[in-house]
Amino acid sequence: MDTGINTATGAGAGLRTDRVGRAGTGTLTPAIELDGLVKRFGDVTAVAGLDLVIRPGEVVAFLGPNGAGKTSTIDILLGLSRPTAGAVQVFGLDPVSAVAHGRVAAVMQTGGLLKDLTVKETVQLTASLFRDARPVDEVLARAGITHIADRRVAKCSGGEQQRLRFAMALLPEPDLLVLDEPTTGMDVEARRAFWTAIRQDAEEGRTVLFATHYLDEADAYADRIVMVRKGEIVADGTAAEVRAMASGRTVRAELPGATSAVQATLWEQPGVTSVELRGDTVRIQCQDSDAVLRYLLNRTEAHDIEVTAHNLEDAFIALTGEASASSTKTNPTGSKS
Amino acid sequence: MTATTAGPAPTAQLRSGRGPISFSPTYLALDIRRSLRNRRTLIFLLVMPVAFFLLFGGGYRNSDPAAFVYVMVSMSVYGAMIATTSTGAQVSVERSQGWTRQLRLTPLRPTGYVLTKVASALVLGIVPVVMVLAVGAIMGANLSLGEWLAVGALSWVCSLVFAAFGLFVGYLVPAENAMQFIGPLLALMSFFGGLFQPLNTMPQALQNIAPWMPTYAVGLVARSPITHSGMTPAHVGDLVLWTAIFGIGTALLFRRDTSRV
Repeated sequence: MDTGINTATGAGAGLRTDRVGRAGTGTLTPAIELDGLVKRFGDVTAVAGLDLVIRPGEVVAFLGPNGAGKTSTIDILLGLSRPTAGAVQVFGLDPVSAVAHGRVAAVMQTGGLLKDLTVKETVQLTASLFRDARPVDEVLARAGITHIADRRVAKCSGGEQQRLRFAMALLPEPDLLVLDEPTTGMDVEARRAFWTAIRQDAEEGRTVLFATHYLDEADAYADRIVMVRKGEIVADGTAAEVRAMASGRTVRAELPGATSAVQATLWEQPGVTSVELRGDTVRIQCQDSDAVLRYLLNRTEAHDIEVTAHNLEDAFIALTGEASASSTKTNPTGSKS
Repeated sequence: MTATTAGPAPTAQLRSGRGPISFSPTYLALDIRRSLRNRRTLIFLLVMPVAFFLLFGGGYRNSDPAAFVYVMVSMSVYGAMIATTSTGAQVSVERSQGWTRQLRLTPLRPTGYVLTKVASALVLGIVPVVMVLAVGAIMGANLSLGEWLAVGALSWVCSLVFAAFGLFVGYLVPAENAMQFIGPLLALMSFFGGLFQPLNTMPQALQNIAPWMPTYAVGLVARSPITHSGMTPAHVGDLVLWTAIFGIGTALLFRRDTSRV
């Protein structure tokens, strides 16, 4: 299967009749479309106006610290909860219809399994709830749990239970697979096996959205990273773009006698996101370190200059940490707390 | 994707035959198999009603055949009641394990789950009825074929009240220990409703309380093929009323449980 992205032109396909999920507008319907999504629990705002479009075929990591609104957003996507404000569509459908039509399936973090059924019985049961599910043996094999088919769920390890949830999610052959922190509690080996299965599946064109707080997972398995903080998107792009977006590089220099006027001038250089002055030391976060270096060397007495590149971990901390809202000018989250 | 989307992902495209489903026989069968696998459930189904029958009714076997039959039918009602209530109350455990939430990620309608639980409860309710009546027959209870069938069928049908009661408790009690709470409650209701011993052998004060128990009308109606009384509009109405009370209570709690917040 292709990703579906480049396929919006086939004229003859207009003859296809599918009663739901076809907007018929001539453009490709997004897999996920969130428009001004807000979710409040009493006084607590979990999701604070999220706009997000995910195209069919994308593998997207939904990255953020605990309490960033990832699970609230996923619950809304799956029709398990209702947004306080804003709109949500999954393949142009409301989430409950998308679930009922097998367009979206999910692997939840915990629970959802009956301990006294066997692995195979659990899949059989779930399969019977779909009108045209994939064969039970096939999804067991694809999830790599054929060898434990007769084991009671209660006796399965965390990783095995997670692959069972994955097998269940494969039954409707969903166009969109949502994974909520799927590898929590797995050891390294189990995590790798799990992601190999997911990645193989995604290569066949399935759209995948996974929430995680493991940066290496986002880096290794996602085409696109959407970083959230306090219910808002703070970064959105490829792993490389997000890395750069956070604060591409830090330039550190000795700048004797630096004044606030010098600081203000530095602040105006292109791509500078923060300037910190401590005694004679200046720390500059910037996108374009070359421009900053050129300025420092040509126009100031700066010496002992260091340039450090940031990894995704730094980007994560910079973009999702508590301090980020006040210290960067590109960060759009300053409005909250 | 739109109507103009071409070729790829063919399995994902044409899904006209899909949509919500209301009931799955496979789910029902697996749910029953799961219950029968549980040792505690088996004791409730197979051992307890028969043991209680022998305990409370065994003494009447030769001395008072009418009382013997009275206790036999009462215990078949009691057995069906335990089976249906405990099955209904399983929703409490399944909710706490996140199973009902998982089901909402499938096309099964939320009402389909409740329907499955009621059906499962009623199927399991047959087991103690057959067990108790079979033991009674072996021990010499003397009923006509029609009476056996009528008594069995009524004990079973009346247990619908308790399937509703079990569901009600299952949605009411959040913890996993609904059954710890239900077991003694059922025993008390059975005692005060006159299931454990003939009402006319009990003190007047207890006889006055009995009609307020849901177990009272169930016992009278189930015994009616033998006593030729009890199947009155008042008692049948009583049963319908209790079923409605628990059914509506369940419906309200169910709506609260499945409403998307």
